[in-house]
This record gives sequence, C-alpha cells and structure tokens, in this order.
Amino acid sequence: MLKVTNLHVHYGAIHAIKGVNFNVSEGEIVTLIGSNGAGKTTILKTISQLLEQTEGKVLFLGENMKQYAPHEIVHLGVSHVPEGRHVFPDLSVLENLEMGAYHRKDIKNIKKDFEEVFKNFPRLEERKNQQAGTLSGGEQQMLAMGRALMGHPKILLLDEPSMGLAPILVDQIFKIIDKINKTGTTILLVEQNANRALHVSDKGYVLETGKIIAQGSAKELLNNKKVKEAYLSA
Amino acid sequence: MDKLKQLHKTLVNNKFINYTVVFFIFIILFLLINSGVINRYLSNLIIMILIMIVMATSLNIATGFLGQLHLGHAAFMGIGAYTAGIIGIALQDVIASDLLLFLVATFGAMITAGFAGFLVGTPALRLRGDYLGIMTLGFGEIVRTVITNLKSITNGAQGLSGIPRIMTFPIAFWTTVIVVTLIFLFMNSRHGRAIISIREDEIASESVGINITRYKLLGFILASMFAGVGGSMFAFKESFLAPISFNFIKSVEIFVIVVLGGMGSLSGSIIAAIVLVFLPEYLRDFNQYRYLLYSSVLIIIMLYRPQGLMGTKEINFIKIKTWIKSKYTKVFLKGSD
Ligand SMILES: Nc1ncnc2c1ncn2[C@@H]1O[C@H](COP(=O)(O)OP(=O)(O)OP(=O)(O)O)[C@@H](O)[C@H]1O
Ligand SMILES: [Mg+2]
Repeated sequence: MLKVTNLHVHYGAIHAIKGVNFNVSEGEIVTLIGSNGAGKTTILKTISQLLEQTEGKVLFLGENMKQYAPHEIVHLGVSHVPEGRHVFPDLSVLENLEMGAYHRKDIKNIKKDFEEVFKNFPRLEERKNQQAGTLSGGEQQMLAMGRALMGHPKILLLDEPSMGLAPILVDQIFKIIDKINKTGTTILLVEQNANRALHVSDKGYVLETGKIIAQGSAKELLNNKKVKEAYLSA
Repeated sequence: MDKLKQLHKTLVNNKFINYTVVFFIFIILFLLINSGVINRYLSNLIIMILIMIVMATSLNIATGFLGQLHLGHAAFMGIGAYTAGIIGIALQDVIASDLLLFLVATFGAMITAGFAGFLVGTPALRLRGDYLGIMTLGFGEIVRTVITNLKSITNGAQGLSGIPRIMTFPIAFWTTVIVVTLIFLFMNSRHGRAIISIREDEIASESVGINITRYKLLGFILASMFAGVGGSMFAFKESFLAPISFNFIKSVEIFVIVVLGGMGSLSGSIIAAIVLVFLPEYLRDFNQYRYLLYSSVLIIIMLYRPQGLMGTKEINFIKIKTWIKSKYTKVFLKGSD
C-alpha cells in the first residue's frame, strides 16, 4: 500500500534520512522505532509532503506522492496526526472533528464516521462542547486522532501518540490504535515506546540516525537482542 | 433534511430580528438627522464612525479571523479613496445619479485595492508574525510616498480636491450594513471556517486538507477590497484627499479598534469603532489631556480584557430577546409566588 524506497532527506547541509526502505501493506500496523533525533518525524513529514525528499520515492497505492501538495494528500486517503497534538484550540471538540471532514463531500457517511469516532473515544463525546484548548494532553491526543479519522483515511500516520501521557492513558491509546486498525484502517506508527508499539504491531523497523538498522515482524524484533538492549530495557 | 430545514429557519428568523433592529436604528438616526436634532457636525461624525466600522470589520478578516499582523490597512483605504475620487471627478457629469456614481466608483476602488492586496499578499504572507507586521507597515509607507509623488494623477502632497460631496447618511449606513453582512456570511461559510482554522493552527489546517497559501491570500485580498469600500466612502464624504490621511497612524488607529473590540468579532469591531471615534470628540473639553485619557482607556481595557471587549463572540439580538424574555418570566414567576 505504502512503499518507501531509498529515501534521502536533507535539512540544508544536514543529512537526516540516509536511504530508508520500508513497506506497509493494507490492514497492517507498522511501527518505526527510534530514539530522539533518529528521523522518525522527518520520514512522516516527507510522506505527507511537508518536507521534500532529496532522493528516492514514496509510492502510495502506486502513485508517486511527490506530485501532491501537503493539503492534497488527505484526499488520497492519507491522514497525518502530527507530533505534539495540533488541535484547533479555540474551537469545540465537535467543531474540531467537523474540520477533519472538511475536504469530504459524502455527507451521508460523515455521520457514520462521527458515531465511529465517538465509539472509539467516548471521552470525546462527553466533552463535545468543550473548547479543545482546555482538554488535557491525553484528550487532545485523542481529539487529534479522532479528527484524522473523520477524514476516513485509508492509512493513518501517527507521530508518537503516547508522548507525555500517563501509563494508563498510554494503554488506552494503544488499545484504541488496535481497535481502529481492526475496523479496517492501515496504520504507520512512529514511537519511542518500542515495547508497547511492537505489541500492537504486525511488523517494525528500527531507525538510528537516519538509517534502518533492524527490521522484521513484531515478534522477531521483541526477541532481537540488540533491540532489546537499546529499546526495551525500560 | 429536517435538520437542515430547521437550521435554515433559525437562521432566517435570526437575521430577521437582527435586521429589524438595524432597520430601526436607521429610521431613528435618519429622522433625527432630517429633523435637525442631530446637527451637521454630529451627523458627519456618525458617517465617520460608519467608515471606521467598514475599515475595522475588513481588517478583522486579516487580523482577527486569519490571525495575521497587518499594520498597513490604511494604505488600501488610500488606494480605494484615490481610485474612487478620480473616478468620481471624471464621471460626475456623465452619471447623474449620486448613488450610481458612488457604486461605480466603489466598484473601481474595490478592484484597485483588491489588486494591491494580491500584489502585497503574495510575497508577504510567506512571512509570519512581526515580520509580516513590518512588511505591511513598510508597504503602507510606500503607498503613501507613491501617492505623494504621482503628482499628475493625485496632485501630490497638495491633495486631490473637487470630488463631488455625495456621501449621505443613508448611503453610508446601507453600504456599511452590506459590507458587514457580506463579511459575516463569508466568515460563517466553508471558506470562513478554513480561514479561522489557519489562525488556530496552520499545521492542523494543512493536515485536514486546507490550502493554507490560497486561503491566506483570499483573506488578505478580501480585507483589501473592503478597505477600498471604506476609502471610497471617505473620498465622497471629505471631497478632498491628501496622502497624509492614510499614514501609519491611521493604520494603527484601525488596528486598535480591532484589538479592542475583539479579534474575530464583528460586533466587537462595531462597538469599538463607535467608542473610539466618539471618545476623542467627547473629551475635547479636556483639551490636551484628552489623548492621555484616550490612551489610559486603551491600557485599562487591555489589562482587564486582553481578548478585547467581545473576544470572538458576536452580539445577537435574538439571544438578547430570549434573555429579556427569561428575565421577565423569572420576575413574573417570582411575583406569582
Ligand atoms: N527543521 C530542521 N532543521 C534542521 N535539522 C532538523 C530539522 N528538523 C529536524 N532536524 C534534525 O533531523 C534529525 C531527525 O529529526 P526528527 O525530528 O525526524 O527526529 P525524531 O526521530 O522524530 O525525534 P523525536 O523522537 O525526538 O521526535 C535530528 O537530528 C534533527 O535535529
Ligand atoms: Mg519526532
């Protein structure tokens, strides 16, 4: 479904991504693991065209993503939940979710997606008239994810959804990720929390300073010695 | 479908009540002016307030709703004013009807001011925050200098005179109502929501599929076009234009109205325009102290209400009606206890 080949990305002189290859098939949850500065966010931003690659290709359903502007990729069925919960702070929860369906014309199905989102995030329904800026960090993360789902994406790109959340909330978020996936949405997940992420994933890639140093099924990675030492000690 | 119909109904009712109030305000002011209770000086002041309402609500598109620091709004007013003035002088003998002359000139003013907005907006909107502020400020000064030096067309620093003085209270009033209504409808449309979401969070806007560059430019152009309308009203009210009328101070004056009324509230802009145009006039008795008082009022309001008088809320007469009703029913219920 999503195929990234020989991807290189530069920030000026800094060579942030150095020839990355990976694949996401339909229906999967795939995780990119890496510590701070490994280049995870850079890869997601390049997929959604917020950054330009210097070399290589990103293919989604056979189409080269390079020809699209960042606001167009959501039309293709790619929803990006950016790092750090970008909600619309002065709008209500409901209005935020409505904005997620901004580009859609199939008004009938939007209603169904509202129900779906509220089923996944009952907390959002309870607080639907609250100003998004006053939600807690975890609730804002849920809202950002819910808003992305309102676009009815084929693939969801999640950038560190568990960042800065209490353990109970982290559990909840990963359960929801699993649930979303089971209802038919493919997910590309970026995480530092390798243990949790791999437990819901089908496969994973380990990223270190812009290069993939290990890959395999989630089970394999969970048992991989190097990965265990570097990422699963906590 | 039912819901849609219901929404339509409340909207129509709502507007109906709001416009009934607007119509009453018009009738009362009109009668007071015609009967001479409101003198010439005061009725001129009212027209000036209406012009400032047009200027403030239009700047609110760029600054309040889109969230861009825009410090050169008076320049677009100037472009519109000179365009309208020149058209007015050229066509006054051709077009017999004052209203038609005003409409034609205003249309021209909207085109030139809107085009200027497009020219400035394209490079300027790549910038953020204070940088954009400095650029729009610089542009304002450039426009003023160009107007001063285009002597053959604008008569330079001596000013353009001989513009027919055709601005009346009814024309000014209904022009303002139309401009505010158009801005209100636009802001409550799909496009308006896109513009508001850009103010809220650009990254999130892009991620839900909003073309940020396009909508920023659109907002900027619309703000400029309506500034052109304000300029046209000004030209036909004053009958004389000088470049100094559209300097940086004027831009700041308009900006202050928007901030004070509440960024993103049209009714806030209207109230603040009324207060801030009236205030210095009423403080005339205090002589040189009046600007001290004026500034103090601004400082106090910003200290206690940094979001402006109205925040992002709008006054809605239907709400006031229900509020009054609920008050009366409460009083009534208490009374019957
Ligand atoms: N705008 C930028 N300009 C220059 N360098 C950048 C820029 N953004 C990121 N980088 C660099 O690129 C590298 C990869 O950054 P990236 O944000 O992709 O890391 P990450 O894996 O998402 O890290 P984290 O887990 O901390 O979010 C880092 O070394 C970072 O310093
Ligand atoms: Mg990151």
